[in-house]
Amino acid sequence: MKTINEIQDEIVADFSLFEDDMESKLFYLMDLGKKLEPMDSAHQTPEFLIKGCMSKVWVYPIFVDGILHFEVDSNTEITKGLVALLVKIWNNRTPSEILNTDLYFIAQIGMGNMIGSQRSNGFAGMIQQMKLYATAFQSHN
Amino acid sequence: MNQSIDIASIRAQFPVLNEQVNGKPLVYFDNAATTQKPHSVINALQSYYQHDNANIHRSAHTLAARATEHFEATREMLKLFINAKESAECIFTKGVTESINLVAASYGKLVLKPGDEVLLTEMEHHSNLVPWQRICAETGAVLKFIPVESDGSIHLETALACINSKVKIVSMVWVSNALGTINPIQTIIETAHGIGAKVMIDAAQAASHFKIDVQALDCDFMALSSHKLYGPTGLGVLYGKRELLAAMPPYQSGGEMIKEVFLTHSTYNELPYKFEAGTPNIADVIAFKMALKFVSDIGHDSIASHENSLYHYLLNAINHASLKQLKLIGTSSNKIAVQSFEIESLHHFDVGLLLDASGIAVRTGHHCTQPLMRKFGIDGTVRASFAIYNTTDEIDYFIAALQKICHRIK
Repeated sequence: MKTINEIQDEIVADFSLFEDDMESKLFYLMDLGKKLEPMDSAHQTPEFLIKGCMSKVWVYPIFVDGILHFEVDSNTEITKGLVALLVKIWNNRTPSEILNTDLYFIAQIGMGNMIGSQRSNGFAGMIQQMKLYATAFQSHN
Repeated sequence: MNQSIDIASIRAQFPVLNEQVNGKPLVYFDNAATTQKPHSVINALQSYYQHDNANIHRSAHTLAARATEHFEATREMLKLFINAKESAECIFTKGVTESINLVAASYGKLVLKPGDEVLLTEMEHHSNLVPWQRICAETGAVLKFIPVESDGSIHLETALACINSKVKIVSMVWVSNALGTINPIQTIIETAHGIGAKVMIDAAQAASHFKIDVQALDCDFMALSSHKLYGPTGLGVLYGKRELLAAMPPYQSGGEMIKEVFLTHSTYNELPYKFEAGTPNIADVIAFKMALKFVSDIGHDSIASHENSLYHYLLNAINHASLKQLKLIGTSSNKIAVQSFEIESLHHFDVGLLLDASGIAVRTGHHCTQPLMRKFGIDGTVRASFAIYNTTDEIDYFIAALQKICHRIK
């Protein structure tokens, strides 16, 4: 299994292929969202909605044997791509791995320019919620 | 397409249209939010600060006299532009929002009694809703609404049926900013006057698209915005009939709006200065004259003709492109060149991002009309809105970008 930073480096490398082509970067994000495993619709409840997002984004944590797994979905395609990036990095990790992550890929792929400040706030909300789940399960453990 | 106007030479007057966005030529379809500014307006702003900068109305020196002359010249031009009886009926404000707040706070407070009705439509911009909510809460008057139909229009018969003897003020938008619908204000004004109500028209979206004649309309108040009319931001106009403005108490107090000030009381200035407390937005008022001249020189008929051609070209192009995921919001037959829409499974904000990646500027969101969005069961739209400098080539490029987006979400 690749390390968190190896996956971040891959993401940075993928996005760098598009150079300044903003449209392709956004389409790539949408494609990432399409590759997500489907989420159990029973888990798409208000309790698992990310607050502060313009779109609906659900993050449902599953904690088994000290490892966190996330089921995610969104009603819109770019947001689904954004949460897919986090799933790519953080799925099947321990809570402490998640909590100790420096998410440097965000700055390196120029996320702010790509998705604007409003969406960036929503993206920050997803990160915060996933870390909150990690904190909760770490103390539970 | 209208042959009598040369769009290329008009475009050449707008330096911002040469901008590149994300490596692509800017396609500016966000004109309902604000229009771009021609050289003449930009130059007037610069020239004022370089040659004439002085406070107006109260000085003997030459620069003050020049600034005052230019400032009042805009008011004279404005009088002609909207065909007011006299320039004193034209008050400079910060914008349409302040114009409506002024009328609500001053005229509303003067006349509204508990149980009186203020009649709006369901398609009002928040700026023509919230001020009335506040004054109704203060006075005990009741807000009523002319309903919006599924195509984004109002039925005239339904609207007229809302005008009963309890209605004291009708305040409504001439052209919906979110949908582009043109409302039948003339008949509504006549009917409201028949029962003694006064009518305020929000002409923010109308003014750049068709000729305004406040005397022919016989509206009691009208609000306009400079920046949606090729002029500077931070400047608007309140037109009001003299007898109403004269009877109304001042809105804000301080310098300029007084005649005489004693320690314990004051008397107030004549119109229009009674409602222009403090140093006004001198530079922008002066530059606004060039915006009015720009529109007048082209002529509203030519502008409307060009924009209508663009709008029909857009609707045709959308039909031919068979964009199945695209749903139009606001489909009334009587509209200006504004089209709201949504794309299935894409948030309106994300459509905006994707279009911006192609250099296309559109508006996304609720357009300050949350109750209207709720009526349509959505939280926002993507809105494309055209101005005199837009072209069919830009629409072709826009449609191609939409096709690409729709193709990717199949």
